[in-house]
Amino acid sequence: MTDRPIIDIRNAAKSYGSLEVLKDISLQVQTGQIVAIIGPSGSGKSTLLRAINDLDPLTSGEVWLEDTQVNKALPPRQYETHINSVRQNIGMVFQHFNLFPHLTVRENITLAPKMLKGISKTEADQLAVEQLNKVGLLDRIDYYPSQLSGGQKQRVAIARALAMKPKVMLFDEATSALDPELVEEVNLVMKQLAEEHMTMIIVTHEMGFAQDVCDRVLFMDQGVVVEEGPPEVIFRNPVNERTQNFLRKHLKGQH
Amino acid sequence: MGLDFSVVPAFAGALFMGALWTIAITLSAAVLSFFGGIIFAVIALYAPLVIRTPFRLFAWLFMGTPLLLQLFLIYFGLIQIGIDLPAFVAGVIGLGLHFAVYNSDIIQAGILAVDKGQYEGARTLGLSRMQTLRKVVVPQAVRSVVPPIGNNMIALLKDSALVSVIGVAELTLSSQMAISRTFRPFEFYVAAAACYYVINLGLEAGLRRIERRIELAR
Repeated sequence: MTDRPIIDIRNAAKSYGSLEVLKDISLQVQTGQIVAIIGPSGSGKSTLLRAINDLDPLTSGEVWLEDTQVNKALPPRQYETHINSVRQNIGMVFQHFNLFPHLTVRENITLAPKMLKGISKTEADQLAVEQLNKVGLLDRIDYYPSQLSGGQKQRVAIARALAMKPKVMLFDEATSALDPELVEEVNLVMKQLAEEHMTMIIVTHEMGFAQDVCDRVLFMDQGVVVEEGPPEVIFRNPVNERTQNFLRKHLKGQH
Repeated sequence: MGLDFSVVPAFAGALFMGALWTIAITLSAAVLSFFGGIIFAVIALYAPLVIRTPFRLFAWLFMGTPLLLQLFLIYFGLIQIGIDLPAFVAGVIGLGLHFAVYNSDIIQAGILAVDKGQYEGARTLGLSRMQTLRKVVVPQAVRSVVPPIGNNMIALLKDSALVSVIGVAELTLSSQMAISRTFRPFEFYVAAAACYYVINLGLEAGLRRIERRIELAR
């Protein structure tokens, strides 16, 4: 794959005062690639993910989505228009779902497409049905989020993001807030997306999942990418000592 | 002179009309105070300083001065600068704006209590700040503050009696007119009080229904 990357992060750095949370990180993701970012908490992995759609703006460096610079310096109004159109192409799934509790599942999914793509109510309904079918929750279409389990909420959140037909999906610890028995149903949906060759960047604590699904694994610690490579290398034969220590601690409970 | 409630039924029609006016002015002012409260809350939280500062002064004037005085000012005072409002309209504006300022305080607290994740969820889908406020944040904020706003609406119903002084023939003024004909203040004030109580029961029942309906969607 020598194509231009779909996501191109160049020399990303971010600091809060004297605290550097990201130190000169560069990362290219090709279309259809699935990248896992692992690392201890405070390593900067979520910050890096959230820089991709400029939710946490970088202090310096560039983020590109294909041939558009995401974090372009623009006057506030132009930036607003620019970032809103960029974000329509980048789906994001959060640890705490962030579903809209005052809207039904259907309305959660159709809100953004209706407002931003000007599609009719019928088309929007079709879209909701299609996306819910994908995540196996069609029978919950008129439920409110408060009537769903955590796993179901997260599947709806994925359906909501997919309804915008994004080019890339970002997952920020999508299963960390779930009861253990609910993790699998969300993992299955993500695996299914992987099989459909959705480009995904996944921040996760689930080493097993990262190993099964991802093409590349990045291990981050203290704001830098310590080591990266295919999962079989990172998980079986990590070179760096910090990676080895992290994995030893993390895999202990899982085997 | 003993009490004689048998004089009341002869004025039942007038009192009934008065009650209808009270309901009309309360509902109109409630709607104005609700939507005004939302707009004021958004201004207070998000408008640029040049708008926010005069707004603060305006809010302070409405909170810091008597409602009765505000009604006088709107009805009698504005005529001098060429704004001649019908008494009903002046009453709705006075009551509505007064309670909008109080509702605004409550709604501001509701907006600030909306989880940060809700903004992030909406913004990452590509919604603008304004769309996020309108479709995601404000609806949730309003749902969370229905009970205290309901209390304000009950206060509004009771304060609607004040518009009798600018000549709106609502319940209080209707009973006063009946008194001036019969010289039976006790009987008619009690009758008016009973009517307010019944209207209040209806209002509370309505508020409870709204609270139940939104319970699921929170």
